Amino acid sequence: MANVVLRDVRKTYAGGFEAIKGIDFEVGDGQFCVLVGPSGCGKSTLLRMVAGLETITSGDIDIGGRIVNQVEPADRDIAMVFQNYALYPHMSVYNNMAYGLRNRRMPEPEIDTRVQEAARILELGTMLDRKPKQLSGGQRQRVAMGRAIVRQPKVFLFDEPLSNLDAKLRIAMRVEIRKLQRRLKTTSIYVTHDQLEAMTLADILVVMNSGRVEQIGNPLDIYQKPATTFVASFIGAPPMNLMPLRADEIRAQFAGDSRAGSEAGILGIRPEDFVISSETIAGGIALDLTVEAIERVGAETFIYGTRQHEIQGVAANPGDLPPGEVIVRIPGAVAPAIGERIKAVAPRENLHLFSADGRKRIDL
Amino acid sequence: MVEHRPWNDIIAYAILTLGVFIVAFPVYVAMIASTHDAATVVGGRMPMSPGGQALENYYRAIFVGGSRTAPEPVGRLLMNSFISAIGIAVGKICISILSAYAVVYFRFPFRKTAFWIIFVTLMLPVEVRIYPTYKVVADLRMLDTYAGLILPLIASATGTLLFRQFFMTVPDELLEASRIDGAGPFRFFWDTLLPLSVTTISALFVIQFIYGWNQYLWPLLITTQDSMQTIVTGIKKMLVTTDELAEWQLAMATAVLAMLPPVAVVVFMQRLFVRGLVETEK
Repeated sequence: MANVVLRDVRKTYAGGFEAIKGIDFEVGDGQFCVLVGPSGCGKSTLLRMVAGLETITSGDIDIGGRIVNQVEPADRDIAMVFQNYALYPHMSVYNNMAYGLRNRRMPEPEIDTRVQEAARILELGTMLDRKPKQLSGGQRQRVAMGRAIVRQPKVFLFDEPLSNLDAKLRIAMRVEIRKLQRRLKTTSIYVTHDQLEAMTLADILVVMNSGRVEQIGNPLDIYQKPATTFVASFIGAPPMNLMPLRADEIRAQFAGDSRAGSEAGILGIRPEDFVISSETIAGGIALDLTVEAIERVGAETFIYGTRQHEIQGVAANPGDLPPGEVIVRIPGAVAPAIGERIKAVAPRENLHLFSADGRKRIDL
Repeated sequence: MVEHRPWNDIIAYAILTLGVFIVAFPVYVAMIASTHDAATVVGGRMPMSPGGQALENYYRAIFVGGSRTAPEPVGRLLMNSFISAIGIAVGKICISILSAYAVVYFRFPFRKTAFWIIFVTLMLPVEVRIYPTYKVVADLRMLDTYAGLILPLIASATGTLLFRQFFMTVPDELLEASRIDGAGPFRFFWDTLLPLSVTTISALFVIQFIYGWNQYLWPLLITTQDSMQTIVTGIKKMLVTTDELAEWQLAMATAVLAMLPPVAVVVFMQRLFVRGLVETEK
């Protein structure tokens, strides 16, 4: 049992590439922390630095009150689950789990107790004599978990452990990982690029982008109050609609609210916060849309529409919706026809406002 | 490809059969010759069917030796060949797997240089560096010893390259998992890398055993005593006689015996590495 503290952690590669640009956060004892971000944002590098597989250029990593910057991975009292599982192909399931314990010269009866216990928890009891290649993807995943559990480490590290599984199994294993972690109460750090995994697993969510932390917090808080446009479009699917507004449009939209300021900004509305209605909501926003495409997924329907009068002004962030396109999510399968004109309205409390560069949230 | 043209098949089989015949016929002649007595073989009319002298010829070849042409019995030569071929194969595997491990997994100054120096030795086989090598071996007093037969031949760039290529396909995560599991460099090598390399090792063993067995020039140079000859040089000496007829039936028996160990190695080891190749999963 331990907490993990990162203090101004940086990583610069020999070529001068700065992968991690100063990161501070703390994972409390027994908490489940998820690092999420697009590929190349440095989340895996950061995890590997905690594991001791990458050196730290500057800053401190502290596990359970001990600074581990110079400590070998084996002596950090951590266990790691890899994306491709990294099981020893020539060893049986039993030996895969026992290997780390044998290297620590644990007495054989104790090893056996722990392996059997892990096998029981993970339902691997009948497979202990098999080789990894005789197992399915999900079973290999469990063995990789078992190898981490038997060590009874202070911290579990997960490096995208579910991304090699098919969609159905991924959901099942996600739930299992969460249950297991609750049961063992082991501090965990989990890396993923899947925002759904991040939202469902995390006690604390760390959203990363190009080597920096964009936002840290409880997943729901992050969803409800994204700190930057990056977080706003990364967390939540489909992404938040972001619309650059000119200064005069801001003044018109938020008339009488001094907090909105009088500069240009970016307005954000989540697709699920819209309602299709002919009536406008006082203080809210109403968009006239022409329906371009419709996706029905059964329980809900996504409407892709274009705004009829474009709001000219500040350029949108790259990677966001093309200017003028708005996604609206409505429950059920009844949807307007393509080409139809609709009015999508959203109440005032569901509007998000960001500074024009997208780096700052303006609380309304 | 599913094609049904009987004539194509017939032509293909005919060509293949001809090829097999061309390769196998001399071997067959050697085997037949080793079963007749000296007079029949030398007489110029070699029968194409086995004679009745097989047991006697092989017994003489292995345990007694020829009259004057082959003073050492073949048994001794076979043993010499076997020791040096095994020594060369095992030595090459040990040296090349260790150097490949160093080159792939350790960061040390001049690592690239070290690798390229090993690589360059591909261009320097024994035949090219024969004089300096002979001088070194002679100065170390290793003439007419097993060490002299083996050591100069065990450095192998081919093996190092082969293992390097294999190690580079082993996922880095295995090394990282080992590090987290508390295995140091030696344990990782012994517990993980070596078991995974079994197929590569057996492939290399087959190649190098045959390479060692077939060495001719080097053993010829550094062995002067008959008792240290290898079987390949021994056969040659049986045929070069000054004032006597070569005992062809014994030479042929020796040749047949000389073929057996490499054939056995290929037959036995091939199963191992084909099985390994089919099952590869890293």
